[in-house]
Amino acid sequence: MNMNDMNEAICDVAAAPLETQIEFRDFDFHYGKFHALKNINLPIYRKNVTAFIGPSGCGKSTLLRTMNRMYDLYPEQKATGELLLDGKNLLGRDVDLNTLRAKVGMVFQKPTPFPMSIFENIAFGIRLHERLSKSAVEERVEWALRKAALWDEVKDILNRSGMSISGGQQQRLCIARAVAVKPEVLLLDEPTSALDPISTMRIEELIDELKGEFTIAIVTHNMQQAARISDFTAYMYLGEMIEFGVTDQVFIKPQKKQTEDYITGRFG
Amino acid sequence: MKLLTRRKLTNHLALALSMAAMSFGLFWLIWILWTTFDLGVAGLSLDLFTKMTPPPGSSGGLLNAIVGSAIMVGLATLLGTPIGIFTGIYLAEYGRHTWLGKSTRFFNDILLSAPSIVIGLFVYAIYVAKVGKFSGFSGVLALALIVIPVVVSTTENMLRLVPNSLREAAFALGAPKRLVIMKVTLRASVAGVITGVLLAVARIAGETAPLLFTALSNQFWSLDLNEPMANLPVTIFKFAMSPFTDWQQLAWAGVFLITLGVLGLNIATRILFRQKHKL
Repeated sequence: MNMNDMNEAICDVAAAPLETQIEFRDFDFHYGKFHALKNINLPIYRKNVTAFIGPSGCGKSTLLRTMNRMYDLYPEQKATGELLLDGKNLLGRDVDLNTLRAKVGMVFQKPTPFPMSIFENIAFGIRLHERLSKSAVEERVEWALRKAALWDEVKDILNRSGMSISGGQQQRLCIARAVAVKPEVLLLDEPTSALDPISTMRIEELIDELKGEFTIAIVTHNMQQAARISDFTAYMYLGEMIEFGVTDQVFIKPQKKQTEDYITGRFG
Repeated sequence: MKLLTRRKLTNHLALALSMAAMSFGLFWLIWILWTTFDLGVAGLSLDLFTKMTPPPGSSGGLLNAIVGSAIMVGLATLLGTPIGIFTGIYLAEYGRHTWLGKSTRFFNDILLSAPSIVIGLFVYAIYVAKVGKFSGFSGVLALALIVIPVVVSTTENMLRLVPNSLREAAFALGAPKRLVIMKVTLRASVAGVITGVLLAVARIAGETAPLLFTALSNQFWSLDLNEPMANLPVTIFKFAMSPFTDWQQLAWAGVFLITLGVLGLNIATRILFRQKHKL
């Protein structure tokens, strides 16, 4: 099935009309000489959750990190092909990375609170991109913390260090920090793998609420999680995109034998 | 059962050996501290802080030496710290894998382990000998050259301890590199960097060799950096070697003051480091 047929098939299934926000076209990625992503073609739909699954080392985190050009920090990493955000190629030299990253936020595997107060952790990102009055910043911080379902727990300790709260709270703080910049896309790189089941549940609920407003791409090792929270699922193996489709279809009736083997636990 | 007894025995033996080594080290250390305290405390008096270094045979204090040391150590720290911190930032954040970074690190390591007398002679050769006179300023220069490598290497090491995930998180928000460094990585390692500066201060507070060839010493009160400047280490060196008991007593008091100062700095760094880590 080629890409267009697949898109049509997907549009038939999805309830609302789908709009592509990010698109990979003949995309390749290299770590030095290692060919990490091979000829990726994939759409990511606006205001939907797309999950990336696959065994360790298959390239799902690498793929996620290309969408905000995180790889630019490391000179030996190179991307080729096309990566479109709202129709504009992101791989060009002229792309302003700081503006791009304001539009495409990211939350990492391990919570990464900055060594400053809870309030400052969130205000830091806001002040990078907007000149707001003190009260407007305060409002935005509260808004972001409410969005991340953390406000009630930290509203009385906003001056305490961001590193003093629990791991689950720290991760929600990081989500709030990303959300506060008002991005359009949120990239989540295994956001719950370092958390306990209760914190994981809270973050999954959060993702469900956030998808009305943000396009979400999430990498996960947990297939039940992908099935629970995503609208679309991409299965990757050894740097190749094996299968992409509506989550229910991928899990109930996968097109490829490899996908079926992975999700039924026969391998991986 | 036999295995267990053998393991227990080995364990006791290893413990006994390390305890013995520890006591050996501590024994000398405590003896040094005790001697300093015992002989130094007797020389403590108001005169020590209010009178100048005396000529042989008369009484006096260490005021000019204390002030001179404070001025030179202070200026050397002010001069060396920013250079050291910025170089450390370059090495850790920009030039980690570059040719320039690697060679800078290499030369810094050499400078770090260079005997301080070499630094003193170097400043003597390039400055004192050219100008034709000993001066407080040349002392500052020599001490600053000792401060720089210490601060460079602690700053770099502390910044390298900051996990890359924290840098990536800041970049992912769209922060430019200078803000990532200033607001996040440097902030995460500020306690360590300050510790490095304080350790450098502690180190130069007792350096004698570099001052012998540069600031020399001064019997009188002088704040002029173009003139030889009194300082504790050289005064101690001079007075301790003298045949006069007054002078010897002053030397011990000076030793006690420096020890106390360095001890205070070390305690301050520990408290600072602990508080920051709790944060």
